[in-house]
Amino acid sequence: MTRRRSLRELWRAGSAVARDRMASRFGAAVLGVAIAATVAAPMLAPHAAGDHTDRLLNAPPTIPHVRDDAGEWHAPFIYPWRLVSQLEQRYEEDRSTRVPLVWLSHGRLVESSDDARAPLMLLGADSFGRDVFSRVLFGARLSLGLAAAAALGAMLLGSIVGAAAGYLGGLWDDVLMRVTDFVMVLPAIYVALALRAVLPLVLPPRTLFAMLVGIFAVVGAPFIARGVRAIVRSERRLDYASAAEALGASDVRLLARHLLPATRGFIVVQLTLLVPAFIVAEATLSYVGLGFPDPMASWGTMLHDASSNLRVFADFPWLLSPAVAMFLVVFSLNLVLQRAGAAVVYNERP
Amino acid sequence: MSRYIVRRLAFAALLVVVVSSASMILARLAPGDYVDLSLPPEASAEAKAQARARLGLDRSISAQYLDWLGAAARLDFGRSFLYDRPVRELIPERAANTAVLAITALVVATGIGLPLGVVSGSRRGALSGAIRFVSLVLLSMPPLLTSLFLVFVAARTGWFPIGGMGDSAIDVLHHLALPAAAIGLPLAAVLERLQAQAMGEVIGAPFVLAALARGVTRSRVVWRSALKPSLRHVAAVYGLIVGSLLSGSFVVEVITAWPGIGSLMLDALRARDVYLVTGCAGTGALFLGCGTLLSDLALGVVDPRASERVQEAA
Repeated sequence: MTRRRSLRELWRAGSAVARDRMASRFGAAVLGVAIAATVAAPMLAPHAAGDHTDRLLNAPPTIPHVRDDAGEWHAPFIYPWRLVSQLEQRYEEDRSTRVPLVWLSHGRLVESSDDARAPLMLLGADSFGRDVFSRVLFGARLSLGLAAAAALGAMLLGSIVGAAAGYLGGLWDDVLMRVTDFVMVLPAIYVALALRAVLPLVLPPRTLFAMLVGIFAVVGAPFIARGVRAIVRSERRLDYASAAEALGASDVRLLARHLLPATRGFIVVQLTLLVPAFIVAEATLSYVGLGFPDPMASWGTMLHDASSNLRVFADFPWLLSPAVAMFLVVFSLNLVLQRAGAAVVYNERP
Repeated sequence: MSRYIVRRLAFAALLVVVVSSASMILARLAPGDYVDLSLPPEASAEAKAQARARLGLDRSISAQYLDWLGAAARLDFGRSFLYDRPVRELIPERAANTAVLAITALVVATGIGLPLGVVSGSRRGALSGAIRFVSLVLLSMPPLLTSLFLVFVAARTGWFPIGGMGDSAIDVLHHLALPAAAIGLPLAAVLERLQAQAMGEVIGAPFVLAALARGVTRSRVVWRSALKPSLRHVAAVYGLIVGSLLSGSFVVEVITAWPGIGSLMLDALRARDVYLVTGCAGTGALFLGCGTLLSDLALGVVDPRASERVQEAA
């Protein structure tokens, strides 16, 4: 439409762009904080992932105070929890003693000065008396690490398959694309579930991690392969590709040096779409008990643990913090992506 | 057209056969079998061997597979170890539950997502901004999170029951609300975003401007003239949505204790109940095949060009 826009309209359009930019910067900032917190988990977390206080099962979050009951100001401190009802696992703050927080000791940013009596549990304790906040941080390493590794794996596998199909054409193309179509039609979580079920239930953590990366990579690869194939096919017909071929570039060189770089933009967008999908997939598998096993802290195992207690939802809502963490990460990814106009991208079938 | 449908039906049949065969073989290959998991660990080797012989787990995978295939051709899908009932009796009820859940979720998603997408795609301002924001939030909440959140709300308020579904229609509806919302809301967000994008593109087309210039009212142009051409984008993704419906219903069934095929399959997988796993997987594949076929036909209705392409291809 070539009609002159009124100033008002321009201002509106401009403010929409500005709002989008703000939103995507906000998303990027949250993501940055999340990644930094994940990397620095051993320093930020007041406890190790496995530390438990048997006295404080399902204890609510400890709240840092700066003012005591008499109205006097102090450096940040906490009150210990006192068990009110063993049966209902209800606690109340023991206001008689202040336990100051100590900063930068034992290689940790902050912890309670009396960990045995009053551990610092910013998001409460789970049913084993473990610190939920610390476990969310350590869980991020497993959940986000798995998602990132699996996305990279899917990228590798998908690019190889897509490049082979697009470059070789003919029978290769037919067979590879039929297979990717087939995998794409299947509901991803069932494929992952079925593949996981074939593996032994109990595996050493590292092997399990590698296996899950492999499974997710297989499930995610078709989405990459499709696009890479299409791009390689169309780029190959362009003059620069013919020129390179005429100059005697080998197949591998032509692919690696000339054709695959053209898929960069597509792959970046796909990766950012696969990462949240994999975060959720890990959580789903672990939730139903087929992902990581319990003592390991991942967001899925934490939700699995929470789900074993029906009172969680009514009385111990802090056990659902991993779900909130997951939402924040996926939401900020979407905020970043929506600016690229890709928040909802389905790989449309041809 | 009929040739096309036949071809698609053949594909659906192939899907069912391949998926159930693969899951049967995978379930047999899995380490540990039903006998290991169900008998107490101190059970004697003879007792185990006896149980295996009774269940047919002592035969080779290929022999068992061929037997199953032959029986399946006569619509006998074996007997569940776990429930000790024929798979054919177990599945229909569960499958019906899943179908009810999936269809309700789809209706909810379409009923909410499409109109909101038309609104937010055709105008600017606070309302569409708000719709967009809510969509973005819901997009970031996959069914795993929405169902946890809704169960949380239900536990706090007692508005919705979790588990323990009776037979009366009212009771079923009451139990259905929560899982259907858990699957439907994220899907509504997907549809809203797609529809808004499509609407935005169509609104810029010359024929819309021409209609406006002739004095047709704005709402009539949006809801009549522009709606149909914008629908094909959404119609094109329905085929992919079927898969995500099944994926979504799996986790939602488990969390909200909805007695569907997903939770049945999980129980079967855990217990290494080979025939039941196979039956569930096959049923899922059947849903998938029918769903994608229906969505392709729907696409043909909305976008005649698509069905021409389809006919050329056939």
